[in-house]
Amino acid sequence: MKIASEYSDGRLTVYLAGELDHHSAKMTVSGIAESIDRYLPRDLVLDLTQLGFMDSSGIAVIVRSYKKMRDAGGRMYIENPQQQPLKVLDASGIDRMIPIAAKREVTT
Amino acid sequence: MTVTNYIKLEFPSCSSNESFARAAAAGFAAQLDPTLDELGDIKTSVSEAVTNCIVHAYPDSIGTITMRLRILDGEKLEITIRDKGRGISDLQQAMLPMYTTGGEERSGMGFTIMESFMDKLKVKSAPGKGTTVTMLRTIRQRRAFR
Repeated sequence: MKIASEYSDGRLTVYLAGELDHHSAKMTVSGIAESIDRYLPRDLVLDLTQLGFMDSSGIAVIVRSYKKMRDAGGRMYIENPQQQPLKVLDASGIDRMIPIAAKREVTT
Repeated sequence: MTVTNYIKLEFPSCSSNESFARAAAAGFAAQLDPTLDELGDIKTSVSEAVTNCIVHAYPDSIGTITMRLRILDGEKLEITIRDKGRGISDLQQAMLPMYTTGGEERSGMGFTIMESFMDKLKVKSAPGKGTTVTMLRTIRQRRAFR
């Protein structure tokens, strides 16, 4: 699992690459939390373009990140999940809490 | 029912074996010529079952996980994942969506995902004796050329 982040104008984008399972969940949670604490963003975007696999451990990671953002009064979005991660996201019904966008929005 | 092929793997309940188990299952299932979507379902379900063994069956120790894969009647993949760990006292409750004893690190969606991604899911468990999860998924044969 590789985590990279990019911050600009209140918007933190965290890029997850590789496979998100129980084994990689702990470092992913702390990686995202560190970025949030560092930038205190208004919006957190989780970019899943490069995430090849995710199981229900990933749902717990996303829910924890969502709660951290919500408690700080921020918002969270999921962008560009591939076929398998999207199916797990759909099965969890998490889109009722967090908007999932297929394509990156063009920021103006 | 005819068993056309099978493998049996045994490995310790280290979390680094989660990715190994799902890759091995996908590799074995490949002979049924599954779609990418079907392979994804198999990998996800194996990952959930193996993670359950690691997190719940052997919470404070390393135990043995056995994974058996069989091809039945040339088109069904049967996945059996067995541990000799703690066992589940209330199976009905454990299988409820969002129910977990694993705290905020777990989503409680494991059994729900296995149930919806596989055709059949059977769980047998006895406290102190371990748990056996059996899953079945039919891989429909596709036409080679159109």
